[in-house]
Amino acid sequence: MAEAAAKREAPKREPRGWHEMTVRIGKGVVGTGYDAFDTLVFAGHLLIVLAKSVVNPMRIRWASVFSLAERAGLDAIPIVAVTSFFIGAVVGLLGANMLREFGAQVFAVELIGVAVLREFNILITAILLAGRSASSFAAEIGSMKMNQEVDAMKVMGVDPFEALVFPRFMALLVTIPLLTFVATLAGLCGGLAVTWSVLDIGPSFFFQRILEYVGPTHFWVGLSKAPIMAIVIAGIGCRQGMEVGGDVESLGRRVTAAVVHAIFAIIMIDAAFALLYMELDI
Amino acid sequence: MTDLGPLPDAPDDAEGDDFVIEVEGLRSQFGDHVVHEDLNLNVRRGEVVAVVGGSGSGKSVLLNSIIGLKVPEGGTVKVFGQDVSRGRETGGLERRWGVLFQHGALFSNLTVRENIEAPMREHTKLSVKEMEELADLKIALVGLRPDAGALKPAELSGGMRKRAALARALALDPDLLFLDEPTAGLDPIGAGAFDELIRDLSDSLHLTVFMITHDLDSLYTITDRVAVIADKKVVAEAPVAELESSDHPWIQEYFLGPRGRAAAKATAQGSRA
Repeated sequence: MAEAAAKREAPKREPRGWHEMTVRIGKGVVGTGYDAFDTLVFAGHLLIVLAKSVVNPMRIRWASVFSLAERAGLDAIPIVAVTSFFIGAVVGLLGANMLREFGAQVFAVELIGVAVLREFNILITAILLAGRSASSFAAEIGSMKMNQEVDAMKVMGVDPFEALVFPRFMALLVTIPLLTFVATLAGLCGGLAVTWSVLDIGPSFFFQRILEYVGPTHFWVGLSKAPIMAIVIAGIGCRQGMEVGGDVESLGRRVTAAVVHAIFAIIMIDAAFALLYMELDI
Repeated sequence: MTDLGPLPDAPDDAEGDDFVIEVEGLRSQFGDHVVHEDLNLNVRRGEVVAVVGGSGSGKSVLLNSIIGLKVPEGGTVKVFGQDVSRGRETGGLERRWGVLFQHGALFSNLTVRENIEAPMREHTKLSVKEMEELADLKIALVGLRPDAGALKPAELSGGMRKRAALARALALDPDLLFLDEPTAGLDPIGAGAFDELIRDLSDSLHLTVFMITHDLDSLYTITDRVAVIADKKVVAEAPVAELESSDHPWIQEYFLGPRGRAAAKATAQGSRA
C-alpha cells in the first residue's frame, strides 16, 4: 500500500515558480506555432473553396450570403453611422479649438476630411463589425460545432467551409466597403455639424473645401483597406468558431478570442497601411 | 467462440464479399493516449450490429473513424468497399449512409421539414414540391405527427428530436444507418418505442444498422450481433445470447450484473427469445 503511494508520488512534481513560468512560456510558444499552422490550413481550405466557387458560381450558397449580408451589413448601418458621426464631430471640435489659437480654424475642415476619409471611416466600421460580426460568426459556428451540426453536415457530404465559412466571407466582402461609405458620409456630417455650429462654416463652403483641398485620393486610401478588413474579420470569426470544442467554456473563450484578435489585427493592419501609403507618398 | 479473434463465424458464409463495413487493424490515438490498437470489425449487409463498451473505451471514436470524421492513425476502414480512412474522398458514400447523432444534431435554424430536405437538396435534383412530399413521408415513417414538420428543433421534445433526426438520416433512403446512442436520454417507454421503430425500419427497408449503445434492452430486442470493445480492441463479437456465456470479465460484469439480468429476463418473458 505504502509502496504504491510512493510510486504514485514519485513521477512528477508540479513545476513551481521560475520553472512553472518557463513551462508556460514554452507552451505558449509551441501553441502559437500550432496556431499558425492551423491558420494556414484554414486559409488553404478556404482558397480551395474559392477556386471551386469561381469555376462554378452555382456552388455558392447565395441564399445564406444574402441573409448574412443583411444581418452583418444592413442591420449594422445605424450603429456605424451614429458612431462615425460622433467621431467626426469630436475630431472637428478638437481641431476647431486648437486651430483657432492660430487663427487657422478653417483648416479644421481639412483635418476632418483627412481623418474621416482616410482613417476613421474604415477603422470604425471594422472595429464595430469585429464586435458585431466576428463574435456572432464565432458563436454561430461554434454552437453548431458543439451541437454536432458541423459533423452532421460533413457526413451528409457538405463541406462546412462551403456552407458556413465562405458565405460569411462573401457577405463581409460586399458589406464592409458599403458600410465604409456610409461611415464616411456620417463622419463628414458630424464634422460639418461642429464646424457649422462652432466655426460658422456652412455646408457649401465645407464640402467645397473638402473637394478642393482633401480630394478623393484619401477616400480611396480608406476604402482600399476595406476588403482586407473584411477578410480579417470573417476569417478570425469563422476560424475561432471552427475551433470550438465540445464544452460551453471553449465557446465563450473562442468568442472572446475572436473579438480580441480581430480588433488587434485591424489596428495592426491599419498601422501597416499607414506606413505603406506614407512610403508610397499617397 | 466468443473470445478474441476477429470475426469468429465468418468462414461459414460463402458471401465473404458482402461486408458493408470492414475495419482492419484500426489504430486511433490522441497524443500519447492510444484508444484503439489493432481493432478489427466487420458488418455484413442487412445486419443490426451494436457496439458496446465502457465509457472511454472509444466507441464514438470508432464511429467517427467509420463515417470519416476522424482520420485513423493506422489501419484501414472500408465502407461499401471504399477506403474512408485516408481523408475525405468519399465519392458519393454520403448518399448511401445516414447518421443519427447522439443529440440529433438537427440544424437548429431550420424547421424539421427543412432539415429532412437538406440532404435531398445537396444530392438530388428534386423539385421543391417533391422534396416536401418526400419529407412529409419520412416524417410519417418515423412516427411523428404531420404538423411536426413546421416546428424548429428547439420546439421538440427529446424523443421527437431523435425521431426527426432519424427521418433526416433516412432522407436519401440509405442502405446503411449509423446510430449513436439512439435511446440515450429517452424514458424507458420512449426508448422501447424507438427500439421497435429501428427494428421495423431495418426489417422493412433492408437496412444495415451500426449502432453504439449503452442500453441493454436495445441489445436484447434489436441486435443481430454485438461487438464488445475493451482493452483497445474488439474482444468479442457475437449474438447477445452467446455473449452471456463469455468468460471475459468485463462482459460478464456487463451482462450478468443486475441490470443485464433484468434485461435478459424481460426479453425471455417477451415474445422474442
